[in-house]
This record gives sequence, C-alpha cells and structure tokens, in this order.
Amino acid sequence: MDKITVVLAGQPNVGKSSLINAISNAKLKVGNFAGVTVDKLELDVNYCDAKACHDYLLHIVDLPGTYSLVDYTQEERVTKNALLEGDYDVIVNVVDSTHLQRNLLLTSELLELGKKMIVVLNMIDEADDEGIKIDEKQLSVILGVPCIKTSASKNIGIEEFEQAIVEASHKQEISGKVIYSDFIEEEIAHIVGFLEDRGYKSSIPYRQLAVRLLKEDENIYKKIHEEPIWIELQHLLRKSLEHIYLHSGSKDLKEIFIDEHFAFAKGAKMEVIELSSMKAKNFTQKIDNLLINKYLGIPIFLLFMWILFQLTFQVGAIPMDLIDASFGWLGDNAKEVLGDGWLGSLVADGMIAGVGSVMMFLPNILILFFGIALLETTGYMSRVSFMLDGFFHKFGLHGKSFIPLVTGFGCSVPAYMAARTLKNERDRLLTLFIIGFMSCGARLPIYVLFIGAFFGDEDAGNWLFLIYMTGAMLGLISAKILHLYVFKGEDEPFVMEMPKYRMPSMKLIWHTVYGQGKSYINKAGTFILLASMLVWFASNYPKQHELEAQYSIKIEKSVDENMSIKLSNELAEKSLEMSYLGQIGHASSWFFSPLGLDWKMSVALETGLAAKEVVVSTLGVLYSLGENNDETSSSLRDELRKNISLPSAIAFIVFVMIYLPCLAASMVFAREAGGWKYLVYLFIFTTSTAWILSFIAYNVTKLILGV
Amino acid sequence: MLLSQLQKGDSAEIVSINAKPTLRNRLNSLGIMRGEQLFVKGCSLAKQTMEIDIEHTSIALRRSEADKIEIKEI
Repeated sequence: MDKITVVLAGQPNVGKSSLINAISNAKLKVGNFAGVTVDKLELDVNYCDAKACHDYLLHIVDLPGTYSLVDYTQEERVTKNALLEGDYDVIVNVVDSTHLQRNLLLTSELLELGKKMIVVLNMIDEADDEGIKIDEKQLSVILGVPCIKTSASKNIGIEEFEQAIVEASHKQEISGKVIYSDFIEEEIAHIVGFLEDRGYKSSIPYRQLAVRLLKEDENIYKKIHEEPIWIELQHLLRKSLEHIYLHSGSKDLKEIFIDEHFAFAKGAKMEVIELSSMKAKNFTQKIDNLLINKYLGIPIFLLFMWILFQLTFQVGAIPMDLIDASFGWLGDNAKEVLGDGWLGSLVADGMIAGVGSVMMFLPNILILFFGIALLETTGYMSRVSFMLDGFFHKFGLHGKSFIPLVTGFGCSVPAYMAARTLKNERDRLLTLFIIGFMSCGARLPIYVLFIGAFFGDEDAGNWLFLIYMTGAMLGLISAKILHLYVFKGEDEPFVMEMPKYRMPSMKLIWHTVYGQGKSYINKAGTFILLASMLVWFASNYPKQHELEAQYSIKIEKSVDENMSIKLSNELAEKSLEMSYLGQIGHASSWFFSPLGLDWKMSVALETGLAAKEVVVSTLGVLYSLGENNDETSSSLRDELRKNISLPSAIAFIVFVMIYLPCLAASMVFAREAGGWKYLVYLFIFTTSTAWILSFIAYNVTKLILGV
Repeated sequence: MLLSQLQKGDSAEIVSINAKPTLRNRLNSLGIMRGEQLFVKGCSLAKQTMEIDIEHTSIALRRSEADKIEIKEI
C-alpha cells in the first residue's frame, strides 16, 4: 500500500471540512499545529484504485482557511509554512464554485508554489441552483491542473476526487502555471531560455524559478546569489525588471503581480463561467434583512444568546448532577476499598474529587460548543461580529469577543475555549485576559452568602446585579487598558466575508463538538489530576497526630451529640490552620491584612484558587461550623457578621470578583493562550488588580462608615 | 468620494485603495480591487460597520477601513 500525503488548502467557507467529512470511512484526528492554537485536522483514508488494482493510504491534512498566502494572521502563517516547508505530495485546492473569481486568486498563488496540485470545484450543487455553469475542462486547460466538480453536502464527485489525487501524485512534471500579461511572459521566456542555455541545475521548474526571481522572492535570491550563474543573471534580471516597470507604469512589484494575479483570476472566470439565469441570492438577502436589521438585529441576537445559555446551563445541569453524584459514589467506594487512611483520602478526596470537578463541566462545554458550531456553520457568527464590532472595538475588542465574554458569566472553562472563534491572536489573548472579570456561576454562592450576611435578603437581587455589572465594566475598562499598554500595535483590519446562510451539516457539527470535548478531557484532565493531588496534600499535611489524639479523647468523653460535632469542627479548623495551606494563609497575611482580611479569609481565598465553590465550605470549616455549609446557612451568616467588619466583607467580595479563576479554568486558560507564561501574567494581572481595587474598596467603605 | 460616505443601496466603482500593504492585501484577496464595482448592502448602528457586495461576495468592513477606499458613484 502506498501512502500519499495531501494538503487541503482553500479560502474560508469553501467547505473543506465538509469535504473531509464526506469522505467515507475516514479516521479523523483533531489536534493543534505545533506551538499555536490553530486546529489541525488530519485523516487517513484507504483508497482502492479499482483500475490499477492498487491500494493507497491517503493521508489528508486540512490547513486553516486563508484568503491569500501573505502571512498576516496566525492561520495564514501556519498555512503558508505548511505549504512551503511541509512534506507532502499533492496540494488539493478547494474552491467555492459560487465565488470562483475570488477563489481563483488564491489558486493562482498556489500554482506558483510549483507543486503537484488539483483543484476541487466544491459546492457545485449550489452553483447549479444559482444558474452558474462552469466548464471544468476549460478551467483545467487554463490552470494546467485537473479540476473536479464536487459537492460535499450532496456527495457528488467524491470518488473522482480521490481518484484524481492518486493520478496527480503519479504525474512526473508539474504543469500548473499562471499566465501573465505578454510583457511579463516575454521576460519569463528570456530568463527560462537563459537557464536552459546554461543547463542550470534547479530543484524547481525553470518557469517557477523565473517568476520568483521577477517577484524578488528573497529565499530564491539568497540561494542563487551564491552561485556562479549570478553574475550573468544579475544583468539579465535588471533589464527584465526595467522592461516590466516601463510597461506597467509602476515600480511596485508586489502591486504589479497582485494586479496580474487578479487579471488572471478574472480572465479565467470569464472564460469558464456561463450564467444561465440571474438568480440572485435572495434567500440570504431576505434573512439578512431581518437578522442584521439596524434595530431588530441586536435584540434577535440577544434572544438567541439567551436560549443558548439557558440550554447550556439549565439543560447542562441535569447530567452535571449525575456526574457529580457518580464521582461522589466512586469516591465513597474508593474510600471503602482503600480505607480511611492517606491512600483512600488521596484517591477519593484528591484525585477523584479533582477530576470529577472538571468532568462536571463537560455537559456545559458540549452544549455550548454545539450552539457555537451551529452559529458558525450557518454563517450567523459573521453577522454577530458585524453588529457588535462597533461597540467592542471601542474597548479594543472584536465583535466576536461577545460570545466568550458572555459565556464567562456561566463558567470560565467553556468561555476560554469559546475564544477560539477569534482568529486573530491579539484579539484572542485580550479576550482571554478579561474573561475572568465576568463572574462565573461558581462565585455566585460566595456573593449570596456575603450579601445575605451583610445586606440582608431584601435587596439581594440588586446587589448581585451590581456585582455582576461592576465586574463586566471593570473587564471592559481593563480591556481598554491592556489594549493601550500591553497588547498594543495596530489593530487587525476588520474586513470579513459574510458567508451565505447554509443549512448546517450535523455530521460536521458532531465532529467539532466531539473534537473539542475530547481535547478538553485529555488535557485538562491530566493537569487537573496532578494539581488536585497537590491541593489535597497542602490541605491535609503535615498531620497533627497529637491534636487528633487529644480531640478523639474529648469527643469520646462528650455527652451529647452537639458537643461532639462542635469538637470535631474545632479539630477540622485547627488541622487546617496547621496544614501547609493554613501556614501559607498565615504567611501571606501581610499581603491580605491591608485589605482588612484575616488569615481565615486569606485561606478561603487561597483554597478558592482550586475551585470557587470551596471558598464557602472553607469558611464553614474555619468558622467552626463544619463542612456542610452552603450559602443559605443562617448560622454561617451570623458567624460571618459577628467576625467580619463590613469594609472587610466588601474588600473580600471585590477580591473574589477579580482574582484568578479556579484551577480547571486556569489550566484551560494556559492552553488556549498558548503557554504557561500567560498564566503567570494572568496571575500577576488579576492579583494586582484585585488587590488594588480591594484596597480602595476597603478604605473607601471605612471612610464612609467613619470607622 | 470615500466608500464610507455611501448609503445603503448605493453603487460605486473603486477608484483607488489608499491603505498600508497589510490592509490592501486583505482587501485585494477578497476581490476589492481598483476598477471593481460594488454595492452597499447595509450598515450597522451609527454606521460603525458596513456591508458591501462585490462580485457576489458580501464583505463587512469597519468605517475606518471604508475610509481608505476611494470610489466614484455610478
């Protein structure tokens, strides 16, 4: 069996992923390109050439969609590098048949790479519907490479497509070329003639070499500069370039060649397309009249978002409880098998509980990504950017930042992952850094507890709203500041295609959702396991044997049940105080005392780094009320009111609003941002912001209250 | 006249693109070239972004980008 490596290149929205999914019996592998968070999709297909009775293994790599090969965005850089340096046999250029001219522009750039290539005219069914007839044989002649009509959604031409890959890989010479204006063709012929004359040894065809020389391609110059032929060639080239400048009336080679490519694409389209009727894209226009209507557009969008978040967090909560319960059950059983000793505790309280807390988010992530994939594949996401960019751009963000930011109100973990819809690296990083300002659902219990304790239940709703809104505003302001001082530089131009509305392919959506879910479990799961073991260790060691012995005697002696509960709570409090975590809490009191926070609150905040839910239960332990406290527990409220001053409480709330999200989220953040150093930056950024604002809140409240 | 000055429903021909290479290239690769004809499909609130149709492709751009495209009405 022979292996043929194929790279799929094409502009965005041409249906490359659908084409991959249309290939039957494909084994899909989703990953990232080395060093960057750009999705890399690979698959292996067995193809049997019936005529030649030969089996092939087609290894297909899907490159990110790109409009041109100029490396401006991360996607474009990845694609360009893969095309220039990758080890592959055939380029498959996927083209949208309904936008042939624009697509052929990229095709013309690909042809200049001097590789074996085929062109796939995808979405041919849509072109038929729109009355566009394409003469693919004529196009083949013009481009010099085979052209195949396909429709991924209707399963047309897939077999021919695979056959063409095999045939193309067997070809000896590279036939594809861009035809230039006569005055450039003349110069190409001169140079090619000269190279032939000298019998120059070249790894790429003479024509390609000549074109690259005329385009002043640096890599080619560097190479040929070292060779003896350069002396004569230099003279020839100078004359050729002068001719070209003279004829085109411009001295900008880039512009000259862009014009040439454009003319080539336009010319090719004119020659092969026949419009039988002028059926405009009424469907898309009609929907757009409603969905991006000046006044209705945004309310409709908000409605969609509301539905999506209801589904994510309400429907997602159903399996969440089940997952929670089953991990709880697993933990209990583990304890039974392994005993109550350190091993049982490590496995149950450390590993299983830690991994369980991550797995709990899986339903949320799957539902949210299903929704986002739906919005993206239908073409609605571009409309969202169109409508919201005006507002978000003021803060240095992008229209698409909206979705990750709003998701952040639910849970930061899927929010960080949702930031993937932002294709520009700087936009994505900026969005990632401020997602934490959108208070997640796990912080809600803390707010409820403190509001209940200090402001009463009557106005709880208003206070909550105030907290959430303040967080969001702080986030936008931070975005502006970060944009001005950290992620500075020129904005990426906002020029974006608005794709036609399409019916989503369920198969494609499934693959996206499945891929995201799998990578979430794989990566977050492994890191989380390690980290939760660490947290478990810090809160359980060193063991206080003496203390335990003392208390167990006291508990045995105690007469009534209340007394023994009180004693065991006291034991838990003291153990935690003396554990490494408690020691850290004491050691870091210098940091928290200017905010009016005592060591107990410091420890609560520190355990909150593991998970925000833990803050409430830690406070419960530390204020000697046992672990089973929730935010509505009135005794914990009373206890807090007795022990904490109002300014300290407000400082605490402010700190919780801003500081680092939980461990699971931090891990995902590091992965999505593209490195651990970003997590360090985030830690420094959030902690310092939280500290400063808490400090201000503490002192201002003190001033107002006159304490 | 600049593209940003057009209203919904206006048609025009592109006269020149006065942008830095990054932006010019992006515009070119989407088919926005000197000599091409376009049609304004709509604008968002306060005209912060606009949508144009060129060669049957719908393209959204910011006002700041539309400022760099010189056109003549047809």
